[in-house]
Amino acid sequence: MAGVEGGGQPFPPGDYGVVVVGSGPGALQTAYCLDRLGIDHAVISADDAPGGMFARMPIFERLISPTKPSAPFERTSRDYERYDHNSLLAEEEDARGLVPEFMDRSFDVPSRAEMHMALQAFAERARVRVRYGCRWESTRREDDGALVLATGDGEYRCRAAVFAIGVTEPWKPKVPGFEDVPHYAETRPPREYEGRRVAIIGKRNSGFEIANGLLPWAREVVMLSPRPVNTSSIALLPIRTRYLQPFDEYARGLGGAYVLDAAIERVDRVDGAFRVVAQGTTKPGPLSIEADDVIIATGFRTPLLDLPELGVETVSDGRIPALTPFFESIGAPGIYFAGNASGGAAGLLKVERAGQSTSVNGFRYNARLLAQRIAERHFDRPRERSTIEPASLIQVLLDELAHSPELWVQRGYLARVISFEDGPHDEGYEPLTNFVDATGPDAVAAAVELAPDASIAPVLYVRRGGNVTEHQLAPHPLHAYETDDYRAELEHVLAALVRVAA
Amino acid sequence: MAASEETVSVLGRLALFADLSMPALESVAHTLDEVAFPPDSRVLRRDLSGAAFYVIRDGEATVSIDGRTLATLGRGDFFGEIAVLTGQPPGADVVATTLLRCFTLPGPEVEPFLIAHPTVMLRMLQDEARRLRIANTWQG
Repeated sequence: MAGVEGGGQPFPPGDYGVVVVGSGPGALQTAYCLDRLGIDHAVISADDAPGGMFARMPIFERLISPTKPSAPFERTSRDYERYDHNSLLAEEEDARGLVPEFMDRSFDVPSRAEMHMALQAFAERARVRVRYGCRWESTRREDDGALVLATGDGEYRCRAAVFAIGVTEPWKPKVPGFEDVPHYAETRPPREYEGRRVAIIGKRNSGFEIANGLLPWAREVVMLSPRPVNTSSIALLPIRTRYLQPFDEYARGLGGAYVLDAAIERVDRVDGAFRVVAQGTTKPGPLSIEADDVIIATGFRTPLLDLPELGVETVSDGRIPALTPFFESIGAPGIYFAGNASGGAAGLLKVERAGQSTSVNGFRYNARLLAQRIAERHFDRPRERSTIEPASLIQVLLDELAHSPELWVQRGYLARVISFEDGPHDEGYEPLTNFVDATGPDAVAAAVELAPDASIAPVLYVRRGGNVTEHQLAPHPLHAYETDDYRAELEHVLAALVRVAA
Repeated sequence: MAASEETVSVLGRLALFADLSMPALESVAHTLDEVAFPPDSRVLRRDLSGAAFYVIRDGEATVSIDGRTLATLGRGDFFGEIAVLTGQPPGADVVATTLLRCFTLPGPEVEPFLIAHPTVMLRMLQDEARRLRIANTWQG
């Protein structure tokens, strides 16, 4: 491994096993996990400090995922992870559960600044080294399969590269007039919208965030996008936490806020103001909205630079890299994505899109899995497996179903796997799709999924003789799965596997 | 997911959505998610509960039971709707044979989607009727 230069910056250009690009939470978590596995790596970032997008976004400062400063478990415990959806993972006690330490408790969701401080503290306490001010500029693949990342500081050669570069590049659909309209990322301080009519294009996270933030300032806020707001599904999503005030005000007819379903045809400039010309979707008919300001809140894309030329496939109009269950690019072996960009791994699409891979609580577990996968695939370092006493097998599974933060947060995406070749072995976590689709020894996978009736329920997948069968357990209203009834059900489901293993 | 004019145009060329007005197409484009699967990966899994509805944007897939291919699917073809509408696990596997890009809708959203877009429901029904006729012809 290359050492530290005289100037104090780590990771000078050169040959490394893995190069991680970024210094936001996805990069910090991946780098930490690679380091703990002893995998040679470099971490480079164009920024000058850790924190990624939390250095400047969200614009109205409030995150949407909760962290409970008071919980039934110590902040340093694994159980606490289910109460803290913003902190990164670490083995060292002083680097665990850091976000609540910085919260002023005005809300149970941290502010941007609190999150940013916690990430900086994580980088320091978990000793994650990053070469800052080092901008990745282009990429090529050598004849031997190695990847070369060209940066402002020089070239980095590696077997595998992890891009934890976020979904951070402003994206606008091509609609006439949009080119002259500011994006969410260019929103001015709210005071500057005082007494003005503001039209916001987009009704997702960023659209509602801006609309909610401007309600105390603007004279009128009009939100427009083709898709209607599905209140029944949003009621179960984290964006409900703070952003649905504009919809509430419109639905109750309180004045000053309008939430419209309309396809935008163009935006005209008229006497120093704007006119948004649109066609209603849910209620067909022409619409014309006069506004002093228009803000386009249609989201972001992953800044992939030249990666598509190396075969990196994308979905959603080129905005998100399409990934395998282990977060490797579909089409470009050895190129992996971590952090928010790991949401392009489809997972098992059942009742819902599985997992929380686009937020810290989910991608912190993805990063751990990714580091293990890279160690296995590129460094010939098999996963650690431990034996499980047959007598404690059922208890291990019940514990998982009742408490596991991996299963509860990465719901439907991750599974805890126990194999039965030469007695029960703990295989750790793997993507559920991998378990149900890959061949392997007789095994059981424990998962937690959303049921069709919107309850959260445990599910066991049993692989025997190459065939996978699914066993849904009845959901318990208090999620208490360590009862005799569930114990008996697990014994019944596992009877054949345990007999074979014995 | 906000959608580009390219996605709207692609959707408009698929038979299932051919009767939709431009604003309705835009609404549909914003409602569907997009997923991609590498060759040889399973998209729909026989006998596993829960399924989403898929419409192929690009690529090919096969419908198979125990490795026996029953049908080949390509651009504009759709699958998963029978499992969703009957509430039963899929009766066959759908496996990507090339890089496969699909528009997708989670199972619980399918029924309200079809009610909101009756011309899509009619197109789907016509397709199901054709499939049923072919199946009956084979058996006859």
